[in-house]
Amino acid sequence: MRINGKGLVDRNTPLSFSFDGNTYEGFAGDTLASALLANDVKMVARSFKYHRPRGIMGAGSEEAGALVTVGTGASQDPNVRATMQELYPGLAARSQNRWPSLNVDILSLNDLAAPFLGAGFYYKTFMWPKAFWEKLYEPVIRRSAGIGALSGQDNEDHYEKAFAFCDLLVIGSGPSGLMAALTAARAGADVILCEEDSVMGGRLNGEALEVGGMASQAWAVQALAELAGMDNVRLMSRTTVTGAYDQGTYGALERVSHHVDTRGARPIECFWRIAAKRAILGAGAIERPVAFRNNDRPGIMTASAVRTYLHRYGVAPGRSVAVFANNDDAHRTARDLVDAGVHVAAVIDSRHDAPDGDGYEVIKGAMVCDSEGRKGLEAVTYRLHDGREEKLQADCLAMSGGWNPTVHMTCHMNGRPAWDEKIQSFVPVAGMVPGLEAVGACNGAFSTHAALEQGAQAAMTALDDLGIKGGAVDLPEAEDAPYRVKALWAVEGKGRAWLDFQNDVTVKDVKQAAQENFRSVEHMKRYTTQGMAPDQGKNSNVASLAILADATGRGIPETGTTTFRPPFVPVAIAAMGAGAQGKGFAPERFTTSHKASIERGAPMIEAGLWYRPSYYPAPGEKTWRQSCDREVNMVRNAVGICDVSTLGKIDLQGPDVGEFLDFVYTNMFSTLKVGRTRYGLMLREDGTVMDDGTTARLGENHYVMTTTTAAAGVVMRHLEYVHQCLRPDLDVSFISVTEQWAQFAVAGPKSRELLDGLVDETVDNENWPFMACGEISVQGVKGRLFRISFSGEHAYEIAVPSRYGDSLYRLLMARAEAIGGGAYGMEALNVLRIEKGFITHSEIHGRTNAFDIGMEKMISQKKDCIGKTMAERPGLIDPDREQLVGIKPIGPVKQLTAGAHLFKAGDEATRVNDQGYLTSVGFSPTLDGFLGIGFLRNGRARHGEEMQMVDHLRGVTARVQICDPVFFDPEGGRVRG
Amino acid sequence: MRITCPLCGERDRREFYYQGDAKMLNRPDPEAGDVVWDDYLHNRDNPAGVTRDLWYHEAGCASWIVVTRNTITHEVISTELASKVKEASK
Repeated sequence: MRINGKGLVDRNTPLSFSFDGNTYEGFAGDTLASALLANDVKMVARSFKYHRPRGIMGAGSEEAGALVTVGTGASQDPNVRATMQELYPGLAARSQNRWPSLNVDILSLNDLAAPFLGAGFYYKTFMWPKAFWEKLYEPVIRRSAGIGALSGQDNEDHYEKAFAFCDLLVIGSGPSGLMAALTAARAGADVILCEEDSVMGGRLNGEALEVGGMASQAWAVQALAELAGMDNVRLMSRTTVTGAYDQGTYGALERVSHHVDTRGARPIECFWRIAAKRAILGAGAIERPVAFRNNDRPGIMTASAVRTYLHRYGVAPGRSVAVFANNDDAHRTARDLVDAGVHVAAVIDSRHDAPDGDGYEVIKGAMVCDSEGRKGLEAVTYRLHDGREEKLQADCLAMSGGWNPTVHMTCHMNGRPAWDEKIQSFVPVAGMVPGLEAVGACNGAFSTHAALEQGAQAAMTALDDLGIKGGAVDLPEAEDAPYRVKALWAVEGKGRAWLDFQNDVTVKDVKQAAQENFRSVEHMKRYTTQGMAPDQGKNSNVASLAILADATGRGIPETGTTTFRPPFVPVAIAAMGAGAQGKGFAPERFTTSHKASIERGAPMIEAGLWYRPSYYPAPGEKTWRQSCDREVNMVRNAVGICDVSTLGKIDLQGPDVGEFLDFVYTNMFSTLKVGRTRYGLMLREDGTVMDDGTTARLGENHYVMTTTTAAAGVVMRHLEYVHQCLRPDLDVSFISVTEQWAQFAVAGPKSRELLDGLVDETVDNENWPFMACGEISVQGVKGRLFRISFSGEHAYEIAVPSRYGDSLYRLLMARAEAIGGGAYGMEALNVLRIEKGFITHSEIHGRTNAFDIGMEKMISQKKDCIGKTMAERPGLIDPDREQLVGIKPIGPVKQLTAGAHLFKAGDEATRVNDQGYLTSVGFSPTLDGFLGIGFLRNGRARHGEEMQMVDHLRGVTARVQICDPVFFDPEGGRVRG
Repeated sequence: MRITCPLCGERDRREFYYQGDAKMLNRPDPEAGDVVWDDYLHNRDNPAGVTRDLWYHEAGCASWIVVTRNTITHEVISTELASKVKEASK
């Protein structure tokens, strides 16, 4: 029911929305919850387990009852709290967890079966037969128990992430937060003020109080206007701070466009990481319900929520409202309703010394013990101190069991709150989160005056810490009423009394958990599910552990709380991972020849973040193998071009580069002549091979190292480590130039013919022998030429600055094609290197050392190097270790598979008989058959042995012969040609 | 978590690569023997309290940094350039 003259909604902007297909009207500024209450819609949901009718219980993010689904299709958003969903034109919301409809829900039969469905029911019942769990029990339980559902479609919504920095982060814009922000901002500090609600002001908007001689709502508006006018203040509404992390980092979720009908380019949510030098937590408190029989009926809500609906939204949640309380604060609800002309049936106060009513009846020393009404509250029954029970007609019950400070954030770094006997709740302990101070209701100080005072004081302390001089604070006048409360957790009596409304956990369940020896609060939580799901026990934690404390005969402080973990409210994974959907998951790195390769129809394969051409299909070729075979033949007989820019390139300069390289490589580089290139092997300190590659000496104090594509980053980090952590005495500087140079392999017997005329210098065997390197001029562009080969052919690598990469690649291709050559891709490159027995990271895969790959002689005895000492351990040079070998098929099965294992002929193919494995295989058109390389125990001594290869995964068995890993041109004549 | 790089100032920990115990700085002599090398390479304390470890400012200035921090409170007590620590130890 709407109350005229109240609320912050815009009565001039009516909005039409629908719930479960019915159309209603609300106003701009309404939430879905306030608009439904204004339309007298009471039942909005079915409960989690028993499918009982549920209504709206609160007015904020702690809402445990009114969970709805908003939207349809891919963007369907389940479990939206109706209290957080702002109204927009055309909003379409649906109830959840019911079938076929909210009114007629077949599974409400669960409620009749309730005696059997208590805590631990599932654990005890669905034990046998074992196979039934996965196939029958779990699917059925999942369908009947639960909340909203996802659409199952890809999420197309746009999310964002952002970072912010400030001197002071103020969390919450109630009286304490506003006062803190004003005090700090006036002194010049950079302030961010975050507020979960769409309108700032917190309880100032939900109460009819006086602050500084004006209405509290008006004072909030005035304070916010002042803050909004300051350049050093950032006001962030609709932003929930979700977690406190190390070094003053806070997570925050901004609901950017959940409240509009057309989003445009805006994201739906933005996840913020805020780095704050100091923080003030003014998160307020959450009013707790009282457990009594049938206290979950639609129409029963917290007393403060009733006031919020009245003052903030101009809505009375009932026509005849009863109040049930154990504290003075809740009497405000009756007073405010009477002032607004709403009938108050009575205030039922459990205390004998409750204050008298002011225009309403107060029934002292009495407790509500039952409620009735099928799909909404119709009456409550209360029990007088002498045991008599009486009935009271009411369509809304405003209940209050007292207030729980919202201590969650203070506990995010493992701190434990302390029990405060006076307020019968937990309060933060100073220093639980370094740099954060809790103030106001969140700190257990419930009067408006105390909130303003603590906010100002905390801001002064923060300013002091920051070295900013603050001025004198002029505190506005405000009420300072004492908060008188007498503990009341549950009303004695038969029947079920709810503690956790979201998970359908009753007083009986908690007692049963204690009885069955789940006495620790953490065990009780898991046994009963109390405190789980979206509300994370915001409404029920303190009451539940009070019941547990009673049932186990311990005090509440000894019982303790469960652990509060981030996030404070549910956060979509899509928001935390914003930007990482689809292609945003990983950056793509393209070579300068990428476009030209795509133009030639080359399918791309990923190599780390790089994209490299797999093969170049020629007209008429139907399979990748046809293209690969052609490309291999082309390189062996004419010339092939391949982009090798993805290999890591590190430029090293300085007088001590030689000594530095001697230390990181196993072999010598200080003795390398200028203008020459050498293959180098790099070990980890434990003796395992880290990487390999060639390093060229371009000048006396200038080397260029290449790494494998995969290990470029690892090697760069390693070189920095060796230099800074082990040898800072060496005068050497280096930097990655991978992106700066485009480099192409020109491989094959016609490679020199191709370069002739392209390179301005004369390229012949005298000037450019095998392993020569140097600066050249490519049609006037300064470049580099390296006579190195990864194919075993007479080959070069030619490098130019990246901006010339595309141009040079196209030039090389044109020249190659004119003499019977062309482009070759990764498949051909792999076959070419297998034919030569060259290793890649398939072989140096992190478990092999220099001895295993037959390169132990490359560890120079003239010097120390990384990994040398440990590589000499007896276990690492044991002849029985698996050593690099070649494998050829010799039986009727001609295929080899990588990953297959080797067994002695005649042995059973079991793990105990395992002799080794294949790391790389390929079909060699050169040698007309499959070739493999791999590792075999004592393999170097077993060349010629016949074995069996078994691939258990693919079901391939083949007779094979072990041989030298260099299959083609073992003398290396071609490369020098 | 935020780490103060001696060169770049306070930065988000996502810019850093974590290596491990700063004892990696004390590489033994090649002739130090199996026990010393085994300890250097493999044995690590797992203190509940103050620890010194190596971080690499990979998405920043490429400095290796010795970070002294508390594993219980996550407090970062101090940060120093590893090269300076190494040079001072000689």
